[in-house]
Amino acid sequence: MCLAVPARVLEITEDNMAVVDVGGVRRTVCLDLVTDVRVDDYVLVHVGFALQRIDQREAKRQAERLAAMFSGEPGGADAT
Amino acid sequence: MRYVDEYRDPKAAQGLLAAIRHLAVGPLRIMEICGGHTHAIYRSGLDQLLPPEIRFLHGPGCPVCVTPAVRVDQAIALAERGCVVCTYGDMLRVPGSRGTLRQSAARGADVRIVYGSLDAVEIARRESGREVVFLAVGFETTAPANACAILRARALGLQNFSVLGSHVLVPPVLRHLLRDRDAGIDAFIGPGHVSAVVGSEDYRFLPEEYGKPVVIAGFEPLDLLEAVLWLLRQKAEGRCEVEVQYRRAVREEGSPRARAVMAEVYRVQDQEWRGIGPIPRSGLGIREAFAAFDALRRYERDLPVETEEEDARGYICGEVIQGLRTPLDCPAFGLGCTPEHPFGPGMVSSEGTCAALYRYRHPDREVTR
Repeated sequence: MCLAVPARVLEITEDNMAVVDVGGVRRTVCLDLVTDVRVDDYVLVHVGFALQRIDQREAKRQAERLAAMFSGEPGGADAT
Repeated sequence: MRYVDEYRDPKAAQGLLAAIRHLAVGPLRIMEICGGHTHAIYRSGLDQLLPPEIRFLHGPGCPVCVTPAVRVDQAIALAERGCVVCTYGDMLRVPGSRGTLRQSAARGADVRIVYGSLDAVEIARRESGREVVFLAVGFETTAPANACAILRARALGLQNFSVLGSHVLVPPVLRHLLRDRDAGIDAFIGPGHVSAVVGSEDYRFLPEEYGKPVVIAGFEPLDLLEAVLWLLRQKAEGRCEVEVQYRRAVREEGSPRARAVMAEVYRVQDQEWRGIGPIPRSGLGIREAFAAFDALRRYERDLPVETEEEDARGYICGEVIQGLRTPLDCPAFGLGCTPEHPFGPGMVSSEGTCAALYRYRHPDREVTR
């Protein structure tokens, strides 16, 4: 029920709606629950609404943490 | 797909699992309280990959599952008196005390599945001669979207649209579980999308009052593994706090806009949870200012009020959805009670504990411990 999927904002249209790309599919979503969303931002889409903007800096930080998991960091190396 | 595939990488998962095995020195019982997490754990098989010291307890994280039977009865009553009843797909199979909305539709009632709340508003706009009722359920994630439907309907001047709501709140049910039940919970994985709305502050009572650490997590396998690792690190380092693993979506303050919409439309009220019972101040009702859009007020005289809380007929639905027992302890699980013919709350939605276990572990796969 609380499923939300990431989507890229393609176009902001009238009436505070936006056209987004969800994994290759175009959908219209409502922007009433978010502020400051721009074209090319990624948002989490839930029941037809943009729920939150994805923080791309934080996503990058997580990617770096995960990369460190198999680069020989103490307690992080692959045991096999 | 961006922001999905990178959190499913098997090599990174192996790295996280190795780190988890290194730190998992004693038993740790982790409750997740979002149905999306329950579903993701079974779908990706995390319960089988993790060392045996770590066990997931599945909390009451599915709003469809905990919607009281009387709400379904009320939706059926409205459909049968000629209203168009719109709702999210999962609600159609949920049994009330006299059948489901799907059965009602089969007898000719106008019941329609909508993808989002604004679809229901659009139906009301297009079909101005019909009364449209939106059966709206949800936690803090969905409640703002459902509230927006009311705000937009008011802005459009619609007089044929109302919401039959059943909105529930996560923190009060956690208090209820910790205070009144003994599920042996050591730690929590916090709900990612609820927290994207309400922020991370609402969970501070878990470490501060109950000594339970929390990591708010995303929904992909690597998110969940990272959350488990962080809980183990808290334990190893003697810390007990709220941490946010899902930082790409969760800010400390949540979504101020979504919170403002919720505060405008709803007020906190006592709420009945199916399978659990009444919990004080654990739900959201529609404010008096929006009474015209509140189906409970608008159709007050036509609605069934009380239902006999279903007797579980020896089944253990309530205990399962509170994480006290597993579906495997239930005599009906998979034997009569299936996703096609659910008897109780855990089986009615794909995110219910029973339905998730049934789909991914029953009957041909090795059964989870």
